Amino acid sequence: MAAVQETVDRVRQIDVDQYRYGFETIIESEKAPKGLSEDTVRYISAKKNEPAWMLEWRLEAYRRWLTMEEPKWARVEYPKIDFQDIYYYSAPKPKKTIGSIDEIDPEILETYKKLGIPLREIEALEGVVRPEGERKIAVDAVFDSVSVATTFQKELKQAGVIFMPISEAIREHPELVKQYLGTVVPTSDNFYATLNSAVFSDGSFVYVPPGVRCPMELSTYFRINERNTGQFERTLIIADKGAYVSYLEGCTAPQRDENQLHAAVVELVTLDDAEIKYSTVQNWYPGNSEGKGGIYNFVTKRGDCRGNNSKISWTQVETGSAITWKYPSCILRGDNSRGEFYSIAISNGFQQVDSGTKMIHLGKNTSSRIISKGIAAGKSQNTYRGLVTAHRKATGARNFTACDSLLIGDKCGAHTVPYIEAKNSSATFEHEATTSKISEDVLFYCIQRGLSQEEAVGLVVNGFVKDVLQQLPMEFAVEAQKLISISLEGSVG
Amino acid sequence: MTALLEIRGLKAEIDGRQILNGLDLTVNKGEIHAIMGPNGAGKSTLSYVLSGKPGYEITGGEVLFNGEDLLAMDPDERAAKGLFLAFQYPLEIPGVATLTFLRTALNAQRRKRGEEELSSPDVLKRVRELAKQLNIDPEMLKRPLNVGFSGGEKKRNETLQMALLEPKLCVLDETDSGLDIDALRIVADGVNRLRASDRGMIVITHYQRLLDYIVPDVVHVLSAGRIVKTGGKELALELEATGYAQYQNEAA
Repeated sequence: MAAVQETVDRVRQIDVDQYRYGFETIIESEKAPKGLSEDTVRYISAKKNEPAWMLEWRLEAYRRWLTMEEPKWARVEYPKIDFQDIYYYSAPKPKKTIGSIDEIDPEILETYKKLGIPLREIEALEGVVRPEGERKIAVDAVFDSVSVATTFQKELKQAGVIFMPISEAIREHPELVKQYLGTVVPTSDNFYATLNSAVFSDGSFVYVPPGVRCPMELSTYFRINERNTGQFERTLIIADKGAYVSYLEGCTAPQRDENQLHAAVVELVTLDDAEIKYSTVQNWYPGNSEGKGGIYNFVTKRGDCRGNNSKISWTQVETGSAITWKYPSCILRGDNSRGEFYSIAISNGFQQVDSGTKMIHLGKNTSSRIISKGIAAGKSQNTYRGLVTAHRKATGARNFTACDSLLIGDKCGAHTVPYIEAKNSSATFEHEATTSKISEDVLFYCIQRGLSQEEAVGLVVNGFVKDVLQQLPMEFAVEAQKLISISLEGSVG
Repeated sequence: MTALLEIRGLKAEIDGRQILNGLDLTVNKGEIHAIMGPNGAGKSTLSYVLSGKPGYEITGGEVLFNGEDLLAMDPDERAAKGLFLAFQYPLEIPGVATLTFLRTALNAQRRKRGEEELSSPDVLKRVRELAKQLNIDPEMLKRPLNVGFSGGEKKRNETLQMALLEPKLCVLDETDSGLDIDALRIVADGVNRLRASDRGMIVITHYQRLLDYIVPDVVHVLSAGRIVKTGGKELALELEATGYAQYQNEAA
């Protein structure tokens, strides 16, 4: 019918102009020689002044990686990646050693300003009139391969919270890093995780000591700037007994004709009674109207509810990337532990999304909840892939899964691939799935009330994803809502 | 004086089937016109063509709304200019609170008219007052629009939207369908409160019953896509007694 037809027509016109973060920052950068070898690994490790054990860890991963094959099971298609045609390390050339925010290259500061990320604490505090009760947010900004600034360090330190680039943590808190790094996502885990283990350059490290409730939201903002560069960030978050932390990551990249690889690893660990809430707003460059360019987002994210009564909650809003291959998962090891996965995945143009979660129930009376909302427009393919499994000792395991897909137009596809395995007869697993097309009649109803076509689609979609949006920290829910509208502007004007 | 709505020789089809067949109708400000007719006469089509629903092709005639070419306007523009359609089957929008929908619609119209948007508290205040008059539980405003609403709640909600948006022309499509007598009375009271000297209404109905509560100034009989008879409110009673059979024959 006509209104949907109009939407479809507009989808065809999707243009790179729709992507608002596609600008490039012109700065001098220092890069490792192109390609991947033991020397590259040594180069990165040396750049980071890493101790010998870290280099060994990387080299072991690299050697393992050489024996591995790229996974092929996801419902995504792309030309073979030439891993020798990538720069594995790129850092903005420092004018001198950075001691304070004022010494950061003004070009980079300007970049983050354009992106709306406050790096100056003073701005974060006084910049805008903030609604009452709004919390402060500490930001770690990662530009290509290095962290350029981390805000509110002092205040966090007072609370005993460690929040710093992982490269610094390796030097300053080697005991913690050694104890936890690679324990959730082992170096041998999968092709991209192993690659990341060999060449990761930066990312965030968080440690919240026992009984501490982190006094503010923590967030990391990832920016890929350099051409032909892969970004391999590594994030490690540990909530010690009874601790709580909420963490958010955001990502953008310039628009370029070639594809760029982003292969991150995120590991979360919660000990007894601890909780981590991890939110992602992913908006990497998705490619242009012909499907050219865009980020390959091949990411391994996993949380380990290691302690009893612990909880890990993943919330993701995925709107960018040419290809997304990502399954934030929970290992429910501790008794009574709980895992949650809330996801909004929007695909438009030629984007391909294969995303979901794994809930691995090991402990007794563990529970998990999966709410996935996929929205496919344009010529995109949007797959939910999820695994829910109960170990034979996982007495009383419970899962509830709801996967809803919404289709806009008739050139896109939505797919749901659930895997369910219960090896304990007391497990209760529920799975619900729906697929619907955006209703012509509903849109007309809205339009008759005065909404434009885009406003109508935005309203309906925001209603569709509401259950998930509510899970985001309030400050980001509003941002995410806007981002959803912007992403769909590609589809509706 | 310009008529509020002037339809001249309107012809429209859907999927190659001609539904409206040279329809003429003039509605002046302050008037309530009832349009009655058998099933398939084109009653709902008229409401959809006026409001600009996609899928209908206009094959002849013209429609002037306050002297302007209505058919040349986008549907949202028609709404902003004051054309409101109370749907026979109001649509459900999961996840969108009724109040959010009302605010979004009101501000979308205001924006299009170049008026300032109203703040959330201002909208809430207005909506609460109107909801009270319509016996609408404030809790209903928090529920997703029309989701799980009873037939009566849906129609009251349509009336609430109409009251909030303050349209110039209200088109009520079979507002009585699915309503018991109590619900009908509440909705009719709400509609009657909206009678105004600068507002016109077209009340489309199959049954005379609704017109006991919303008393029209003029009654038209629509058959085979044309107005075949026009009279006063007594025409409705006459129809109730005789049925539509004679008009169907006339049209054929």
